[in-house]
Amino acid sequence: MPVSSYLLPYDFSPLTLLSYMLVLGFYGVALLRMPEQDRPGSARIVTFTLGVMLCYAVMQTRFDYYSQYMFFVHRGQHLILHHLGPILIALSNPLPVMRFWYQRISPSARYWLQPLGWLYRLLQQPFIASFLFVGLIYFWLWPPIHFDAMLSRQLYWIMNWSMLLDGLLFWWLIFDPRSPAITSALGYGKRILLLALVALPQMILGAWIVFSRGMVYDVYEVCGRAWPMPPETDQLLGGLLTWIPPAMMSIVGILLVLRRAMHEDGKFPKRSSLAGGNA
Amino acid sequence: MNRTLPLWPVFVAMMLAGCTGKDENWHGKDISGLMPELEFQLQGTDGNTVTPADSGGNIRLVYFGFTSCPDVCPTTLTDLRRSIEQLPEQYQNDVTTLFVSVDPRRDTPERLASYVNFFGDRVVGLTAEEPALRKLAKRYRTTFGYDDPDASGNYNVSHSSAVYVFDRDGDARLLLRPGLSPDQISEDLAQLAREANS
Repeated sequence: MPVSSYLLPYDFSPLTLLSYMLVLGFYGVALLRMPEQDRPGSARIVTFTLGVMLCYAVMQTRFDYYSQYMFFVHRGQHLILHHLGPILIALSNPLPVMRFWYQRISPSARYWLQPLGWLYRLLQQPFIASFLFVGLIYFWLWPPIHFDAMLSRQLYWIMNWSMLLDGLLFWWLIFDPRSPAITSALGYGKRILLLALVALPQMILGAWIVFSRGMVYDVYEVCGRAWPMPPETDQLLGGLLTWIPPAMMSIVGILLVLRRAMHEDGKFPKRSSLAGGNA
Repeated sequence: MNRTLPLWPVFVAMMLAGCTGKDENWHGKDISGLMPELEFQLQGTDGNTVTPADSGGNIRLVYFGFTSCPDVCPTTLTDLRRSIEQLPEQYQNDVTTLFVSVDPRRDTPERLASYVNFFGDRVVGLTAEEPALRKLAKRYRTTFGYDDPDASGNYNVSHSSAVYVFDRDGDARLLLRPGLSPDQISEDLAQLAREANS
């Protein structure tokens, strides 16, 4: 097979292509136009682009074909859409770019966009955010739902986009670059707690898939695999990918948040309410 | 615009009917609305091009397989044959089985013809060049793959193990997963045949 067929989408989605082009376009234009002192460094630009391109690659290249017909590749796809890609994007701190574009929205448009802000703040409530994060994984891996999602093109796209958007929301909450000491961003302790909390149910689900005797996801058997592979092996690998890497990412996340908390220790005056509470 | 307006109540009624349709009990998996209607252009065993129009008005059972298939394909085709034989007399000729070979390299028209004839005279053997097969498989969200050939040139083919059931209008209705008994399949087919006749 020629190389180009590996890079071309298996199931071309114009809306997906357009969204990625818009994101990269807006990011690039903002980089060129923003004042020098706000511009992210090259490492951050590379991280952002890598995160975006990884998500694009699993949605609009040959990778998508294997994700549709191999359970373990599908788990790899969601690992990137729901974890790795959004983590890279959040860590690259695109806040200056978002600020740049926000300042260019006219006041009347901002007024109409208000409901979006309310929705965002609602979804970023720590409990709701972590419930959504774990809930979506469980929802799409619920065997009857998973079966339908794999059979219906529409549901399949909804599944992948919902995973990506939720991943972005959750990891942005965790890696929000604004310090909780001086803004309303979530406190570091709570971020660490959330990371530990969401790791547990993912580990349970992954372990359940790994140790299931029977076929949990028979849709791959029903629809044919990309290549002949024993179903048990496919399920085992998929279970491992649901179990171990997300847990590891939670730990890496905790370490990163800890590091930031320690760096910031003493940098800002403590909020009096906190000091009062400790006394 | 005004002429289409009176159609709205009909449309709503049809939608409601579609909703109540979900309460029907099927042994197979109900895939109404999940998949596109039947559409293909493949080579028949006599070398002619076959389209869904050739079996229009019939209930179509689509199965992807290959003739060198060791156990799954013969079992499935035998089960389908038995389930059709169990149907009430008047429906027996209303069901067409479409066996799509995804192994065109080995499955010549002659080979395919003798294979499908073994499973009854209402089984149609179909195949095409690989790209056309890929397109059809993609439409029904299935795929197939080839193993490396062994010393004697035999190779295994991964393919869908389910049967897609399309009603008389060519709409995707059911997915028969492996493990259903001929009795269960027969009940589903009878229900489908009755529904469209009434």
